[in-house]
Amino acid sequence: MNRLRAQGWAFWVAIIASLLLMLMPLPVVIQPLKPYWPALVLMYWALESTDQVGVGLAFCVGLAADLLNGALLGDQALRLAVLVFIALRFRSRLRFFPMWQQALAVWLLLLNNHVLQALIRAFAGAPAMPALSWLAPAVGAVVWPFVFLLLDDINTRIRGKKGPRTT
Amino acid sequence: MALPQQESTPIFSDATAGTLRLIAYLALAAVLMVLDHRNGWLHQVRYATAAAIVPVYRLAAAPAEWVHDAGTTLTQRRKLVDENRQLHEALLLAEARLDRLDAVTRQNARLKELLDTRRLLGLHAQLARLINVQLGPTRDRIMLNAGADEGVHVGQVVIDGHGVMGQITETLPHASIVMLVIDPDHAVPVVFSRTGLRGIAHGTGDPDQLTVPNLPLSADVKAGDTLVTSGLGGRFPAGFPVGTVTGIQRGSSGMFAEALVKPAAHLERSGEVLLLQDQPDPVGPPAPAPAVGPPASLAPTSATRKPAAAAPATRAAPAGTRP
Repeated sequence: MNRLRAQGWAFWVAIIASLLLMLMPLPVVIQPLKPYWPALVLMYWALESTDQVGVGLAFCVGLAADLLNGALLGDQALRLAVLVFIALRFRSRLRFFPMWQQALAVWLLLLNNHVLQALIRAFAGAPAMPALSWLAPAVGAVVWPFVFLLLDDINTRIRGKKGPRTT
Repeated sequence: MALPQQESTPIFSDATAGTLRLIAYLALAAVLMVLDHRNGWLHQVRYATAAAIVPVYRLAAAPAEWVHDAGTTLTQRRKLVDENRQLHEALLLAEARLDRLDAVTRQNARLKELLDTRRLLGLHAQLARLINVQLGPTRDRIMLNAGADEGVHVGQVVIDGHGVMGQITETLPHASIVMLVIDPDHAVPVVFSRTGLRGIAHGTGDPDQLTVPNLPLSADVKAGDTLVTSGLGGRFPAGFPVGTVTGIQRGSSGMFAEALVKPAAHLERSGEVLLLQDQPDPVGPPAPAPAVGPPASLAPTSATRKPAAAAPATRAAPAGTRP
């Protein structure tokens, strides 16, 4: 019971940290390369435990992100819902991929996400995104192993009794 | 054949349910986006939840400020001394300029009094600081730390020490959002200060470029010309620098020229900005002159007004001679 609660805390802290990271400014040159943190964190939790993350939760997190980002209400909600849906659909396969293959899958998911974003912006009449931002999914894939290992480490520490899980 | 399939499909039906749920969420998101795009709901929601949201922005901006502060503390003393000396020089120069400007302002005031212009431009400005968060994937909006509770309202003009930055498009209780001049949705009425040619500077989304489209192909525009606000439209007060022409090209239609302009304001670097209060009275056509001439009761009757063309002339003549 306590363990579950601690895991719930870890989940929400990770989500809030990812939203803050999304808002955090970077030097102008590397700004477009910033990985989409909420997606990475949600994907980890979707792979880790099915009972915690569903499409509905992803939708709500996306709404919160939209509220903070102030762009278009529903934009990130839609994209995160799609992303988590795909991740959950291929969950059993993704979990047992070696890390590099998992990172490749993450790249594809993020790329899909990026295409959706470009489409939504085009429909809303917003200006096109900078060309450099198409590299952001690749950066996300490179960052993925670290995010995964960090969150997995925290998770195993909370779970305590099991040894560190190897993927 | 159909029955065993139904029995052996808990996974399949689960998947269909999942897909249906996804479709429902997608539809919900699409509806939200359309409604928000049409009605701008997001702003109302944000305003209502601002008490919770603004601290989040502060929190997100904090690490960048720490890094900046740490950098400042670690800067070598020599550099500070150098900078101090440079700043002193700059200050002297600025003071000299201010003195001159002061004299010009006084002279200007006298001249304006002479001309009996009612529109004496009283510049009331309010200082605000940037909150360093990134809103959306492009950098054409910034957030300030003053909001509706500090008297900021939508439409106020934002300038820095070098020129026009943009205008307020959204206010929260203690923060406000500025649309920069480089936003593709933004336009400023401008005048080329060398030739007096009027135009409208649009944003392009590129942080180093504005365009002034629809100029005549024969227009006298050269690279290096400066643009200032023209004051037409009443939103931007006249005379603030907007940018410098970097090049001229033929517009997409081929019928007009288009000037490319580098914004004068330091959009990427400004930390503190000025919010201009609205001008006390909007510029418009003068009030209609009071009617002069004999009262209407003395107007000639229809019998005496037969020569219609002559009547106004005879009536106007005494009016003109009246003191």
